[in-house]
Amino acid sequence: MRRFIRRHGWSYAFILPSLLTFAVFVLAPVVWALVISFQEYSLVRGGAWVTPFYKNYVTAFTQFSGVFVSAIRNTLIYTLFTVTANILVGLILASLIQPLSNRLRTFFRAAYYLPAVTSALIIGLTWAYIFNAQWGFANYLLRLVGLAPVRWLSDPDIALGSVTLSAVLTVPATAVVLFSAAIGSIPREYYEAAELDGAGPFHRWRHITVPLIKSTTLYLVVIYTIASFEVFERIYVMVPSGVGNSTQTIVTQIYNNGFKDLNFGVASAQAFVLFVMIAAVAVLQFRVLRSDVEY
Amino acid sequence: MEQAVTSIPLSRRRAALRIRWGKVGAMVVLIVTAVIALFPMYWLFANAFTPISGTPPLTPILVPAFRLDNFQRLLGGTKYYANWMLNSLIVALTVTAWHVVFDTMAGYAFAKRRFPGRNVLFWILLSTLMIPIHVTLVPLYIITRRIGLIDTLGGVILPGTAVVFGIFLMRQYIQTLPSELEEAARVDGAGELRIFREIILPLCKPAVAALAIFTFVRSWNDFLWPLIALNKAQNYTLTVGVANLQGEFMTDWGVIFSGAALAALPMIAFFLAFQKYFLEGVRMGAIKG
Repeated sequence: MRRFIRRHGWSYAFILPSLLTFAVFVLAPVVWALVISFQEYSLVRGGAWVTPFYKNYVTAFTQFSGVFVSAIRNTLIYTLFTVTANILVGLILASLIQPLSNRLRTFFRAAYYLPAVTSALIIGLTWAYIFNAQWGFANYLLRLVGLAPVRWLSDPDIALGSVTLSAVLTVPATAVVLFSAAIGSIPREYYEAAELDGAGPFHRWRHITVPLIKSTTLYLVVIYTIASFEVFERIYVMVPSGVGNSTQTIVTQIYNNGFKDLNFGVASAQAFVLFVMIAAVAVLQFRVLRSDVEY
Repeated sequence: MEQAVTSIPLSRRRAALRIRWGKVGAMVVLIVTAVIALFPMYWLFANAFTPISGTPPLTPILVPAFRLDNFQRLLGGTKYYANWMLNSLIVALTVTAWHVVFDTMAGYAFAKRRFPGRNVLFWILLSTLMIPIHVTLVPLYIITRRIGLIDTLGGVILPGTAVVFGIFLMRQYIQTLPSELEEAARVDGAGELRIFREIILPLCKPAVAALAIFTFVRSWNDFLWPLIALNKAQNYTLTVGVANLQGEFMTDWGVIFSGAALAALPMIAFFLAFQKYFLEGVRMGAIKG
């Protein structure tokens, strides 16, 4: 025993602080969350099992005439548009800055990255101001061209679209930087050979650049999809009280159930639904990566 | 001269012309996108630096007046704005210090040392990376409440120390370092703590810089957990406070704008100062956005 401590004591000492907070604030909560998702939990009385054991999962989908189903649908719509736009915009911008001089490339990368260093919350706030129905910039533009103002964030048919539009118009900084690094690492010879064969710039981009950065594209699709599944701040500040069910998302539902209604069991059940969705995306990525002979 | 130009085949000249127009087109796209990317933030600052006491004007302010009236009312009128900034600073600094020290230690142990259980422990850490924080929110709230840290900065800081990403970052980096120096020092009889402090830590500087910046920004910008963990206005962090400004100053938009702008300012300054590390950090997978 003493020899064991002398040999390995320091190793364990080095990892102990990290493992301790990890165990208390990550590992235990994950396991406990799974337990609570099958319980009715009260801060005073503690947890009591529900019957049937899947009751919270049923309630999660049926409560308030199925608002969680709308929330999932809203989240998926938001994700579809945001991820598609972010990937396309990131790829196009990275491709366009590639041939520029070093100085210009750094300048544009910084310009695109700058908004991303401020929190999602502040970015959301700036868009809430742009979409303000009374004095917002969006309605000012509409007035300039003689159109009627729009209730961007209070019309239930439009609000989700406005929030999505704000995410689509936010330049995907990580995608620009990562695509730009991936494109930069493609050997010049490929392009030179293609040029000798008479391939135009678009052709070279389509048949050399795009296929060779596929693994970066896949990685970005996954992280942007996961981030979109978890959208909260943007919703919280752009439509603070929600516009009926039309702007509920998965995380706003978890937040409302857990921390407004103190309905911990149902909130945990909904959190695990989110977890399964995220895990599915990750598994899908793994499948695609494995089926790909090139990489 | 004339002769020389016309001697170039027509198709070549057309191609050259097309490429030039292509370049101009690309530049236009890049500039327009940069304007769209920066405009919302710019407009916030333009409003914040122009005296507005009620509703903002219907014709948008595009050029700021460079006056601080709104900021004066913000800092004089809200009792707590300075508290929020201080709270955010305390939280971000403490969490960053923790990760710099202990993630480097753990990363070093996982990268260079052999001990029973190393792989199992590492896989447990790795497997939780994918779990969204939303899954743990409820138990996190119950645990934090039980240890009496709800509505305290400690209740924000402690869960902030449990993010394992930095351990992977440091392990990845330390694995690339040569082991000779370390072994030579051990032969010379140097203690393990000394080896870590005087040999490993100095070699890790670039990775530590990326880790520190990433952790500071993440912590400063964190919103959902502080929103849940903090109740009283004087205990808010800056993000939570700013999200509530609109409720507090319903009609004084000047104050709201200046509060949001002042919250964004430190990160923007931080970015401009450490741009190189930021972009490096993104490449290492440390920063998302």
